[in-house]
Amino acid sequence: MRGLRSELGRVRGLGSAKEGVQHWWLQRVTAVALVPLLVWFLIGLIAHSGADHQAVIAWLGHPLTFGLFLLLLGAGLWHLALGLQVIIEDYVHGEGLRLALILLVKFGCIALALTGAIALFTIAFGN
Amino acid sequence: MGADGRDENDRSIPSDPAQPPAHHPARPLSPHLQIYRPQLTTVLSISHRITGIVLGAGAVALVVWLVAAAYGPEAFACMQALAGSILGRVLLFAFTFCLLYHLLNGIRHLVWDTGHGLELDAVYLSGKLVVGGTIVLTIAIWIAGIAARGGF
Repeated sequence: MRGLRSELGRVRGLGSAKEGVQHWWLQRVTAVALVPLLVWFLIGLIAHSGADHQAVIAWLGHPLTFGLFLLLLGAGLWHLALGLQVIIEDYVHGEGLRLALILLVKFGCIALALTGAIALFTIAFGN
Repeated sequence: MGADGRDENDRSIPSDPAQPPAHHPARPLSPHLQIYRPQLTTVLSISHRITGIVLGAGAVALVVWLVAAAYGPEAFACMQALAGSILGRVLLFAFTFCLLYHLLNGIRHLVWDTGHGLELDAVYLSGKLVVGGTIVLTIAIWIAGIAARGGF
């Protein structure tokens, strides 16, 4: 495959989408980050299954939980935005609708990440 | 034997260059999903996307849960009651299953990205491991969760 690319194309590193492998690579980077974060998250959820509000607040407000949860939200919603974008690009063929849906996904994921972060800050640092 | 006299296992494209199908050029076409027999590889591939979409809904639920926890004990109790209802538990079980499937199959994809495990028998073996691992881990997590809360 390498042999079929022009020297210029190889130097620029851009494919037909004109943005190189940035999207593909970020999908993998966030995926790698999410593996340990999700293992931690699942163990935490199991440990707090049936816990009352006070215990859950104590867990979420702990600096370690707070930090890892922020990373989980950031990596997870970034990964979600990238993944949903690919699905939309593959199956939605109308130019206008496709652009609208991709924007909706990106705005939605940013809003969700921000909302979750504000909730975590409120829990960790009080009202 | 099929209706056209071809063996059922013959997946080759009938080639008759003299008679190209109406409205279609005589060139190789991508598999038509309507007549293409589902295989483990194809089913697991589309399942990765479907579980990804479901996990998007799970992310919304998670953020709502966080907001409820931040809001106070009443809102949190309301959220816990919703999660503890029959519908809530069915959804949570589905989210657990989708998360583990997407996680395990995602690791499978990451291994493929390194160029390993791409032989057909390896692809089928890892696919079966992902399905088995998803089922076993989903059940194990729910047993652990129920044990942690001291009963269903």
